[in-house]
Amino acid sequence: MKANCWTGRNSVEVQDVPEPSILNSRDAIVKITSTAICGSDLHLLDGYVPTMEKGDIMGHEFMGEVVEVGPGVSDDKLRVGDRVVVPFPIACGACASCRAELYSCCENTNPNAGISEKFFGHPTAGVYGYSHLTGGFAGGQAEYARVVLADANALKIESDLTDEQVLFLSDILPTGYMGAEMCDIQEGDAVAVWGAGPVGQFAMDSARVLGAEKVIAIDKESYRLDMAAAQGYTTINFEDTDVRSALLELTGGRGPDKCIDAVGLEATHGASHIHLYDRAKQAVRSETDRPHALRQAILSCRSGGVVSVIGVYGGLIDKFPAGAWMNRSLTLRTGQCHVQKYMKPLLGLIEQDKIDPTRVITHRLPLSEAPTGYDLFKNKKDRCEKVVLTP
Amino acid sequence: MKTDTRSTSRLRHDPLVRGLGWASALLAVPQVVTPAGFARALGVDDASRHRSATTAVGVRELAAATGLLGRPHPAWLWGRVGGDLMDLTMLTRALRNHNGRGLGRTVAATAAVTAITATDVYAAVTRTRRSTPMELTAATTVSQSPDEVYALWSDLERLPDFMAHLDEVRVTGPRTSHWRASAPFGKGGEWDAETAQDVPGRLIAWRSVDGADIENSGEARFVPAPGGRGTEIRVTLRYDLPGGVLGKAAAHYFGEEPHQQLDDDLRRFKQIAETGEVVRSEGAPGGKRARGEFPQHPARPLTVDELKEALA
Repeated sequence: MKANCWTGRNSVEVQDVPEPSILNSRDAIVKITSTAICGSDLHLLDGYVPTMEKGDIMGHEFMGEVVEVGPGVSDDKLRVGDRVVVPFPIACGACASCRAELYSCCENTNPNAGISEKFFGHPTAGVYGYSHLTGGFAGGQAEYARVVLADANALKIESDLTDEQVLFLSDILPTGYMGAEMCDIQEGDAVAVWGAGPVGQFAMDSARVLGAEKVIAIDKESYRLDMAAAQGYTTINFEDTDVRSALLELTGGRGPDKCIDAVGLEATHGASHIHLYDRAKQAVRSETDRPHALRQAILSCRSGGVVSVIGVYGGLIDKFPAGAWMNRSLTLRTGQCHVQKYMKPLLGLIEQDKIDPTRVITHRLPLSEAPTGYDLFKNKKDRCEKVVLTP
Repeated sequence: MKTDTRSTSRLRHDPLVRGLGWASALLAVPQVVTPAGFARALGVDDASRHRSATTAVGVRELAAATGLLGRPHPAWLWGRVGGDLMDLTMLTRALRNHNGRGLGRTVAATAAVTAITATDVYAAVTRTRRSTPMELTAATTVSQSPDEVYALWSDLERLPDFMAHLDEVRVTGPRTSHWRASAPFGKGGEWDAETAQDVPGRLIAWRSVDGADIENSGEARFVPAPGGRGTEIRVTLRYDLPGGVLGKAAAHYFGEEPHQQLDDDLRRFKQIAETGEVVRSEGAPGGKRARGEFPQHPARPLTVDELKEALA
């Protein structure tokens, strides 16, 4: 079958690979009908996530039709022919983390947990197509994929919603939603979102659904800000505007009540000397992540507010504004999305037309053109916001 | 590793160790007292750096002599081997930059040091204890009752499903079993074991019976975790690691970190208890052999042959 494989830093290639087979009794094989490129795939492409190996299949946002199930999957859970969306973290549903609905912290699904533990203190869940640190699972930018513990993970789609309406339940829609939910939004709240990529857009939509009075988008790509403005959100372009004073202006001097970092470890910064400082430290590996958005969110948030982090961080940061965080009673909340917790409620919101996930799609390409998709998305060419691939 | 006082007293009466100790002492005296004369005897000219190098070597030899004769330990023998290699390096440099006067003496000295090195290596290798007692402990929490967890563990024939170093456990009687293992013991081995203690829902302990290749014992204790968190499992394994300190270092070098292995074993036990089996990925298709598989298979489906090997 064809699959989009990582072949080294800044290089992906569509290759011929064997078709997947059942390795565990609760596996299912899915014939993929739609798959997408995620912003976090760019961190792999750019070589910021360790333990990638040449030939790894990329992709953790995919859906399709079940074509085979293992002997441990019971008929009432999943059967051949079912149409399913697959959440990116693999959860067992039985461990303490899963029972607390912290699915991305599942204690049982990462065969390389011993290595993951060295990086993170405690291991995290297995993830499709996301390095060997998260288990070495083949990804979903392919014609077929093996779904692990399929009966506990795959979400059946029984309505006639299109692929494009439900595909993003696999990651970016729940991720954006969780970012807003962690803000514990109260009446009158102003919510500022750093990053107007797909996850940021969904965080904005979710903040509005959860009752935010004002939603503010911060980015430097004017086309992405236009996309947010079209939904009625206020925008700040940090390339030509001082973010802190603009936020004070917009919030009557209070600062945003809640801040969401939907950027993560490869942030760029308006002030170029700070960017160069972090870029240089990153190049010599004395800092792995560039946390501009996080720093700015902490400094901007009103006292007692919440800073919610859904942008991906992988390692270490420095110049963390601990003083602002501590002295102003800020709450820092974060996590890789616990997708399984949000899929069904969000499917409901899509069915009720409260959220339209298709609004972020700008490019539709065949799987064979995946490398073009990465180029468009990474280099923000052709106003690219979200690429959907079809095998 | 525990210090073994018996081995210290054994080395105290070991003629080879005492001989090497006295050799160090005898060499050290002229080196410290007349470094210039000693350097000349070696056929190297009387430069000030040669004198200070000779003095330094003398001080080192005095330390070795004090150690070997006073508190003998294999570490002093390995220290002598290290010193020999330093001396050979210096002599080789002296030979390369030689001005020709006294060349014969330098060659003879080099030959003598080579012979001494061989003796020291022999002494160090043969006098180093061949095994190190190891005690490993690890703990995990499984979201089931102590009775359920005990029932799973007490099915000894399932231990190899999650314990990486065990190939097979066969129950041979009500309290006896036959075990077959490979790494991390350095070499494979087989032994008969007996159940030493068995308290349903609380504890299982086992130990190898007399005549085992690798003397070992172990126990698993099950305690209810607080607040309905299931069961805490604490496992202890005790065995003699072959090859002593060097064997341990070599095992580390080849990635067989025993503590890490036991942690991983318990993680897999938890997987079996909570999900039914050990989770496999394309990168780590061998399940319990995941650690040994680094660098792993790429995260892509396996070919038919690879699959056969991984599932074997």
